Amino acid sequence: MTSALLVSFAMTLAMAATPILLASLGELVAEKAGVLNLGVEGMMLIGAVTGFAAATLTGSAYLGCLAAILGGLAASLVFAGLTLGLSSNQVATGLALTIFGVGASSLIGAPFVGKTVARIGPLFPAALAEHPLLRVVFGYDLLVYGALALAAAVGWFLKHTRPGLILRAVGESDTSAHSIGYSVLAVRTAAVAFGGGMAGLAGAYFSLELTPMWADRLTAGRGWIALALVVFASWRPGRLVAGAYLFGAVMTLELHAKAAGFGLLPPEILAMLPYLATIAVLTLISVRPGRVSAAAPACLGKSFSPA
Amino acid sequence: MNPVPVLHAARLQLSEISKSFPGVRANEDVSLVVAPGEIHALLGENGAGKSTLVKIIYGLQAPDAGEIRFDGQLVTISSPKTARALGIGMVFQQFSLFDALSVIENIAVGLDGAMDRKALAGRVDAILRAYSLPLDLDRAVHTLSVGERQRIEIVRCLLVRPKLLIMDEPTSVLTPQEVERLFAMLRQLAAEGCSILYISHKLGEIKALCSAATILRAGKVVAACDPRVESTRRMAELMIGAELNAVERRDEGRPAGGAVRLAVRGLSLPPVGPFSVPLRDIGFEVRAGEIVGIAGVAGNGQSELLLALSGEVAAPGPEMITLDGRPIGRARAGARRRRGLCAVPEERNGHAAIPDLSLTDNAMLTARHRLALTLAGFLRFATARGYAGRVIARFGVKATGPGALARSLSGGNLQKYIMGREIMQAPGVLVVAQPTWGVDAGAAAAIHRALLDLAASGSAIVVISQDLDELLAVSDRLAVLNEGRLSRAIPTATATAHALGLLMGGVHGEPVPSHAHGTPARVPEPAHAVA
Repeated sequence: MTSALLVSFAMTLAMAATPILLASLGELVAEKAGVLNLGVEGMMLIGAVTGFAAATLTGSAYLGCLAAILGGLAASLVFAGLTLGLSSNQVATGLALTIFGVGASSLIGAPFVGKTVARIGPLFPAALAEHPLLRVVFGYDLLVYGALALAAAVGWFLKHTRPGLILRAVGESDTSAHSIGYSVLAVRTAAVAFGGGMAGLAGAYFSLELTPMWADRLTAGRGWIALALVVFASWRPGRLVAGAYLFGAVMTLELHAKAAGFGLLPPEILAMLPYLATIAVLTLISVRPGRVSAAAPACLGKSFSPA
Repeated sequence: MNPVPVLHAARLQLSEISKSFPGVRANEDVSLVVAPGEIHALLGENGAGKSTLVKIIYGLQAPDAGEIRFDGQLVTISSPKTARALGIGMVFQQFSLFDALSVIENIAVGLDGAMDRKALAGRVDAILRAYSLPLDLDRAVHTLSVGERQRIEIVRCLLVRPKLLIMDEPTSVLTPQEVERLFAMLRQLAAEGCSILYISHKLGEIKALCSAATILRAGKVVAACDPRVESTRRMAELMIGAELNAVERRDEGRPAGGAVRLAVRGLSLPPVGPFSVPLRDIGFEVRAGEIVGIAGVAGNGQSELLLALSGEVAAPGPEMITLDGRPIGRARAGARRRRGLCAVPEERNGHAAIPDLSLTDNAMLTARHRLALTLAGFLRFATARGYAGRVIARFGVKATGPGALARSLSGGNLQKYIMGREIMQAPGVLVVAQPTWGVDAGAAAAIHRALLDLAASGSAIVVISQDLDELLAVSDRLAVLNEGRLSRAIPTATATAHALGLLMGGVHGEPVPSHAHGTPARVPEPAHAVA
């Protein structure tokens, strides 16, 4: 009984962590290039609705995922055009993107409310995941494994490849990178586009796997947690994985407590837990002076226009 | 015009290079030849066209006319990448470095192509050993000294095995020990056949390092010489120019023999920061109606003197600076303003004005006491706006109005506004640094006019400037600041290129005729000239 509960806990945890990990990986790359995109939540919602619509029309969850990536990417390119092309304020534009994403997903999703769709489903054949312990290892869909592999790939890309080095250089000093001869805006646009695609995919994970049914605002603010996680991880992909799974654990605790009829605290308080944890983590990090500011890309959030 | 003979043995040959910007002829028919393995000095005051010329050589700017030959071949250098492919490297004054990245990452980012990290580390190590340059490849750049940072830039250049290395004022931020190390490296590089184009205005360094020199003034080549043989004084005179005595002189008379309004006596100040110069026993006085000019190369105590006079840095003793006979040496800037001493620092954005505040707000910052722009702690916006508007109108500042942000103004317009803001407060004493730096000729004349008018109304004015023509045009007496010491002030009427060259060469305070014959063999190092 308890082992079944543990297995179910572990699996819910991994699945709750996956969209946060995907979205925060994308944001990490954008921020490493010096762009602060606060529109993660909006891009996730746009990805969620385009993914759901495509999956409904085609019957394929994987095509839905692809559409979600393209949807998030398109939204991020609007953001890139405004902040990089027209040097608009990144914070204000990012907030506007989130508000836009909430509205647009609601509008596009209106015909789908209450409808269900084919889930992404487990990657490995059911026979392999019959035993409860094996299920913890082999029982997930492609994106759970994919997110972990991507985290490793992003870490390797940033640290060991020349494009990764150039991306970090652009985030560190746009003027120096420009004077050496790199196109700051092209690098940043690419980084923002990657962030958009990942946020879109993270959104599709909600609408195509976690709750395979359309509902308004189904991402429920997880985009903000992804944003906080990047700071929490001090811009390191390895710590991002740990952080995402930590937040996944908090969210899963909340679900299980609700299911078990845990009566000490009202469910509203339990629902606050992940967000309270976000605030607590950010506070704890920022009271240690010097740590965050040293890790943050020096040009984060600053506009750059080549002279 | 005769065709220029092609020198096949030359590493770099420039023939009649010209480049104009709106309103300025930065380079006019500049020709020069750099031989292989030669350390060639490019000498001139600020604004003489040195930077434009090397930017043309490095492909950052295209010449309007003229030819560039590299190793005898006619070349068009369209970008820094082309220049690097030819074998031209350049170390800028402003480094292109990334603080959070390690040394080796900074070097890798600066390369044109990808290179395996281990192979790169090996080659960098070899270069560092060959030129005895200590540098830890795994340290983050923000932990390094300025000299070590410069080494990264040099290694970036050396990795492509340059045939010509351009150094733009490389020693301005280095300690003497770092300068020695740099010179040893440059000599070794030259001995191996690499040509070096060395831009500087520090004559002592050029005498010690270079075997040829081209002197620019106002965009033109005025002389080519061998700095090992030529005297420092002569080179200073060439840089300053022969027209020195022909500068337009002020004509109107002003109240002579007025009371002493500002007196500085025995002012010494320890360095206020790294790379800061200590002031040593500064003494001078300025009378009502008088303008005293302080000449000299930047970095010889100019900014420190301004800070000490404006009150941003307090003098050690109250009696060291007196204003109308009252000691103010310990008073802060605000208190000095209230008593009638206003100052205009050199840096406009961030020091003289706050870029993100409006012109009205910026007026409030320095004029609130003298012009009562505040009342019982409240801001009188209408009054302040009116004042800002009057400054804009009288000084012809091009701005959308008093509400315009300071950062939205061009450098010259902001300078006009800042000068006007202080002048129209009718201060008893005005101290200004570089009053017309970056300002076009017409506006410069207007600012000079306003300074003369202010003096005529009985104020005492100190002008700290590197522009000798400006000082000759407005000041009654001239002194030179060199290595934190101020020479005695000489009447402007008697200031010849010769006399000023002597004051600037570091041999000041002695009567001029004693050096008329038998020039001293060596001027004490480091000697500086006008920049």
